Amino acid sequence: MIELLQNLGRWLTSGAQWSGPDGIATRLLEHLQYSLLATLVAAFIALPVGLLIGHTGRGAFLAINLSGFGRALPTVGLVTLVFLASGLSMWPVYVSLVALAVPVIVTNTYAGMAAVDPEVRDAARGQGMRRHQVLLQVEIPLALPLIMTGLRLACTQVVATATIAAYVSFGGLGRYVFDGLAQRDLVQVLGGAVLVAILAIALDLALASVQRLLFRHRPRPSRAA
Amino acid sequence: MTVDWGWFPDHRDDLTTLTLDHLSTAVPAVLFGLLIAVPLAVVAHRVRPLRGVLLGLSNVLFTIPSIAIFVLLLPITGLTRTTAITGLTIYTLTVLLRNTVEGLDSVPAKAREASMAMGARPLRTLLTVELPLAFPVIMAGVRVSTVMAISLVSVASYIGYGGLGQLFTDGFQRDYPTPVVAGVILSLLLALVADAVLVAIQWLCTPWLRRRA
Repeated sequence: MIELLQNLGRWLTSGAQWSGPDGIATRLLEHLQYSLLATLVAAFIALPVGLLIGHTGRGAFLAINLSGFGRALPTVGLVTLVFLASGLSMWPVYVSLVALAVPVIVTNTYAGMAAVDPEVRDAARGQGMRRHQVLLQVEIPLALPLIMTGLRLACTQVVATATIAAYVSFGGLGRYVFDGLAQRDLVQVLGGAVLVAILAIALDLALASVQRLLFRHRPRPSRAA
Repeated sequence: MTVDWGWFPDHRDDLTTLTLDHLSTAVPAVLFGLLIAVPLAVVAHRVRPLRGVLLGLSNVLFTIPSIAIFVLLLPITGLTRTTAITGLTIYTLTVLLRNTVEGLDSVPAKAREASMAMGARPLRTLLTVELPLAFPVIMAGVRVSTVMAISLVSVASYIGYGGLGQLFTDGFQRDYPTPVVAGVILSLLLALVADAVLVAIQWLCTPWLRRRA
């Protein structure tokens, strides 16, 4: 166990491991690219849908069940299926990562919109705000914490799952996991897993500070009184 | 890509075996997850300083790629079903722990105090007042983690215990989509049925909630 950890430490810190076309730096960037692109595409699809469902109150049933469906869908199966349909391309990776992230974002966005106090909405309407003003100036700001929670959760899951890119012969940190598995090289697998976990946590912390930045002008409830 | 629907009835026996195999990995994982998560949640609920540590740790576990967990368990438990079940158990912990803590938090302080005032000791209060009242929230976690475990079993196909996930490997290696489609459909159905069963169990176990409605 201790020997394994020592070897892991050596693996993670050796300069040779970090450079070159299959070095950690390259793999890390590839992983980041898959993850960010997939999360962004998912957000572009999911945010409008979640906002629409939350704003109109229609399709709540869909929003709630979509998350269950997203969780139940086996990612490995989806990747394999898209791979067999499309051949060797990035499609299997992005389709399955986006499919993983969309339900999480839709459900949380909807939940955030649904949690907006109806009286606040009525008050905004009563002040003469138009529908789009109510949405943009009242509902979205109030729903933002839960919307951000959805984005962070989706991002974490996408980073952890982007490992599958290596399954269909692409790069990313999953390379170490799958190559290590094939070579029975545990240190490599462990190194890949640790790097993925660190990347997921780092991105989550980055999004958390974005969230704090977005709220910096909002008075705290305790001071507002 | 064409799906050969005639393949389904021809492989009815195989599909049944794989489905049962799938369940016998996913169900123990959730049960073991509960066995570990509930006591931990009670500790996290009672000892405030430990709360952040335990919840944080379980969140970190969630960020490790599932395939890596299975591979890392290999030197300890080998190519066995234990590896598949242990890996999945680790995954269910995050959701189960969080929901059980939230469930215990949601128990009204008055209910707890009333139980203590009637002379019940902490353990009895926990078993007969707090856990029953927290049950709906805990069950919500059980439902989510069961559905997740069922979809994740297929990842264990790399170590040979993937249940319906074996169909993905099979289809991938033979460049033949039909078994993959079968695996995806059956896996989804299994998750749906398991979720419905859990809803029914929850309904049966909480008669007090029905009477109020």
